[in-house]
Amino acid sequence: MELFVSEGNPHCLKVLAALEVTGVQCSVQYVNHEERVVPFLSRPTLPALLLPTGLHLFSSNAICRYLFEVSGQECSEFCNQWLEWEATDLQPALLQALYMAVLQGKGSEVSTVLQGPLKFLDQSLSKGGMPYLTGEAVSVADVVLWAALYPVLSDSSQALGEHKSVNGWFDRVASIHSCLSAAQKVLQGKGLQGMKSYMQRQPAPQSSQGRNTQPCNCNPIEGEEGERAFSEEELEAAILNWSKGLSTSPLATDRQHPILPQEGKRNILVTSALPYVNNVPHLGNIIGCVLSADVFSRYGRLRGWNLLFVCGTDEYGTATENKAREEGLTPQLICDKYHAVHSSIYKWFQIDFDFFGRTTTEKQTEIAQDIFWRLHKNGFLVEDTVEQLRCEQCQRFLADRFVEGICPHCKYPEARGDQCDKCGRLINAVELREPQCKVCRQTPVIRSSKHLFLDLPKLETQLEQWLEKSTSTGDWTTNAKQITRSWLRDGLKPRCITRDLLWGTPVPHPDFKEKVFYVWFDAPIGYLSITANYTDEWEKWWKNPHQVELYNFMAKDNVPFHSVVFPCSLLGAQDNYTLVSHLVATEYLNYEDTKFSKSRGVGVFGDMAKDTGIPADVWRFYLLYVRPEGQDSAFSWADMALKNNSELLNNLGNFINRAGMFVTKFFEGYVPVMELQQEDKKLLALVGWELQQYIQLMDKVKIRDALKHILNISRHGNQYIQVNEPWKNIKGGDTERQRAGTVTGVSVNIACLLSVMLMPYMPEVSQTIRNQLNAPQSCVSTMLQDNGTFVCSLCAGHRIGTVSPLFQKLEADQIEALKKRFGGQQTPQSTASTQPAAVPAPAAAVEVVTVNGVDPEKAKQLTQAVAEQGDKVRALKAQNAEKTVITAEVAKLLDLKKQLALAEGKSPEPAPQKGKKKK
Amino acid sequence: MALRELSSLEKYLGLKKPNKYSTQGDKKVPVLQNNNGPPLLGLATIACHLAKEAKRPELLGDTAESRAVVQQWLEYRVTKLDSCTKEDIKFILKDLNLYLQDKVYLAGNRFTVADTLMYYGIHPLIVDLAIQEKEQYVNVTRWFDHIQHYPGVRHHLPPVVVLKNRIYTSRHH
Repeated sequence: MELFVSEGNPHCLKVLAALEVTGVQCSVQYVNHEERVVPFLSRPTLPALLLPTGLHLFSSNAICRYLFEVSGQECSEFCNQWLEWEATDLQPALLQALYMAVLQGKGSEVSTVLQGPLKFLDQSLSKGGMPYLTGEAVSVADVVLWAALYPVLSDSSQALGEHKSVNGWFDRVASIHSCLSAAQKVLQGKGLQGMKSYMQRQPAPQSSQGRNTQPCNCNPIEGEEGERAFSEEELEAAILNWSKGLSTSPLATDRQHPILPQEGKRNILVTSALPYVNNVPHLGNIIGCVLSADVFSRYGRLRGWNLLFVCGTDEYGTATENKAREEGLTPQLICDKYHAVHSSIYKWFQIDFDFFGRTTTEKQTEIAQDIFWRLHKNGFLVEDTVEQLRCEQCQRFLADRFVEGICPHCKYPEARGDQCDKCGRLINAVELREPQCKVCRQTPVIRSSKHLFLDLPKLETQLEQWLEKSTSTGDWTTNAKQITRSWLRDGLKPRCITRDLLWGTPVPHPDFKEKVFYVWFDAPIGYLSITANYTDEWEKWWKNPHQVELYNFMAKDNVPFHSVVFPCSLLGAQDNYTLVSHLVATEYLNYEDTKFSKSRGVGVFGDMAKDTGIPADVWRFYLLYVRPEGQDSAFSWADMALKNNSELLNNLGNFINRAGMFVTKFFEGYVPVMELQQEDKKLLALVGWELQQYIQLMDKVKIRDALKHILNISRHGNQYIQVNEPWKNIKGGDTERQRAGTVTGVSVNIACLLSVMLMPYMPEVSQTIRNQLNAPQSCVSTMLQDNGTFVCSLCAGHRIGTVSPLFQKLEADQIEALKKRFGGQQTPQSTASTQPAAVPAPAAAVEVVTVNGVDPEKAKQLTQAVAEQGDKVRALKAQNAEKTVITAEVAKLLDLKKQLALAEGKSPEPAPQKGKKKK
Repeated sequence: MALRELSSLEKYLGLKKPNKYSTQGDKKVPVLQNNNGPPLLGLATIACHLAKEAKRPELLGDTAESRAVVQQWLEYRVTKLDSCTKEDIKFILKDLNLYLQDKVYLAGNRFTVADTLMYYGIHPLIVDLAIQEKEQYVNVTRWFDHIQHYPGVRHHLPPVVVLKNRIYTSRHH
């Protein structure tokens, strides 16, 4: 018999405690968390007990039970009951609690999560009046529950409330020496932190609201019980909305530039964090700022708000100067080049900026210098000397990344002047050992240099007053509030705003004329200068706090600059600036199980997304579906395929397509007459409710949560069609045909509503749906007014257009190929590809192969090209494209296959068709 | 749902006078009102109790090992199976398929309570499978079909059609 355990795994604590308590002879083997010990389980599961018969037990409770039984202590019924309760009730709560305490640093919320189970345990213990759970002696139930609770109950930092009986019982079991020694073995005396590496490998627990992933294993009967019940009044209200029809008021659908604040309107200014110009943005950057801001802006415009969405590239700083040196260009040329790259990426992702500008403009200099002089005049700038490295040969101070040397902490030889890439610690450039000028490789000398500092401590009181108001009235995300609070708690220090560089906004003060503004001071002013480049009347947006609400979108690392530092600049300048009202920060998006890394070629970067052949709208959908809202999330290819196939194809697309096809096939393309029955009214109320939830969430910028309600509606729709079977009723008598008509009519109207709700998320798909349904333009604004009203926008007799499928399946092999391609060590061709969208990927790969002969590398590229071309041909066939077009593409495909055969050293005969033969 | 399972189990066990049940909490955990003592809580716990009441202890396993295996699958049923998400389904079926490769029943060669409760729990998953998927999880399907035809087990659930002859030839690799 052999027991397999891993360190830091709380379930292993149970079995080791049981093993020590029972004294059963069994060898114990410590393995990695990832080790797959149980041959029939696809996910690594520990602990596991290999039984003498060769079978594995993989449930920790079953293992404990077995150990107790072979030592002669059988499990009573009450023992059973406790073990079942532990598995079904306590464990889910514990998993969530540990997840929060160990990984999210939210130890304070643990007691809330565990409140219910602990109370239940406490009551049972005090009611039973016995020292142990099932009587006078320790049983397997005591050991299992004690071990399960040990990590949280033994942690002194966890205030879990007064559970007297639980505490007494816990101490009683803890006094059994073997229990504590097992705990020591598993947690290594590190307490909760001892479980970190284990917890990191666990899937995130379902949130307590259960909104994210609902258990789907409930049968229809239970499903109905759990359904939302509507009162008569609610049903009446739904019918009233339904019959209202489209509003006749004319719409301001076309945007008139320049957009300026208007009296009596909700005036909203949206900014997205300015992407740094010398990097190609990755998916995490895109979801964190521009895409989130875009969805909200599109939504706001649909709601009829007067909204301006600006963004641009952040172009100054040492990184740009270095990049320019690498590529042998001037910084300005580097910026021009990469600004275009950014622009084209965002265009492909359909980011609908009102204006996409840049920070290297005259307006930037003008506004930044104005703010500087105001701060100076108001006495918020202080002077100080800083010791800095200076290269005598290059005649300049070496800021940040212009110097390299040995890290004083980890001895890494190529540490940069601001940070070591190996150990990640922040470094003061003068601390570097053996520093070298990055340009001429000379050893720099230490000189002191005079700099200006923004006096944050002097502005602190003002800042706090403003923050209190803004965070309590506006929609700040929780992380934004927390990060801001922690900055204030640590106390503010003066911050240097000048730098010894060339590439930046010049400091206008004569005593500092060789210097430029430090990027953190300069970059957020870009929001103002970009708006100024959009309209001369920019001050109507930026010096108008009473009329304008400002939304800032960013990833969480950017929060302090937007909530503390930049507001201090503006407050100190005292010119009635518009400060942020709603600060919306996302957490991080990881790539598969790791981080995005440009240098290692890991992850998908903005310019490559289009080469995958997956439409922009599908990318948008998936990124928004996994938007790191409230906690970190991860991009995963397999999950993307799954969500595409299950949610887009089988749920949403399937419903909209069926609804449209029924109108086309059964009613010659005209929406039939609808006679609503009780069931239909219920559905209208339900859909109306989902719509209202969507609006409430979107108003609060809960973009990911709102998306779930769209998908809920199509789920309800599919179920409605499934239950009512219009395809059967249409063949029946008059009553049945009437019923088929109503169901079809209601369904196609839901499809129309879905197209409207989808607009911010998937603009192109949304437009396609409305084209297919030939939906009136006014449906867009009508349904998203006020709290949301689901109206009948396609009335009986309305003629719809041609219906066709909206989404395509993502095949497993296609996804596997993409996963490999973006999993690291990408070919230089694809990594460096900064070309605009016009070059299709397969053609690019063909050019690589010019010589004959066997070449595995080329074969690999060609395999990819063949796969992509194959997909293209399939897609064309699925769309019933013109025959000549298909023939041309097939010819290309055959040519690619021939080249592939050559590269693989085979004879270029067409491969026999696979899989088509019937046996 | 759980109550119907218990009443089907009672019928299978041939218990004459039906027990009184209620449910507790949002998750509707079944509770057995016991005349001679405190109530019993939880589907798996009550199922084991019923087997003992019917004097059929062999249904809980006849060795220490098989008893542990039975309890393990009962736990699997009330945890993994009852709270599975769409994404989990594939893994559950795949794992179970591999596990059942060399077994007639979950606990080896004898029918146990684990088979009953796992059958009830997995029924909604199997109903949704396409014929092709049923063929993919051939061992699960075989076991499932076997249990649904086991005398006296099925009761409240509709039968699922299982084709005995394969219609999809094995896929090329």
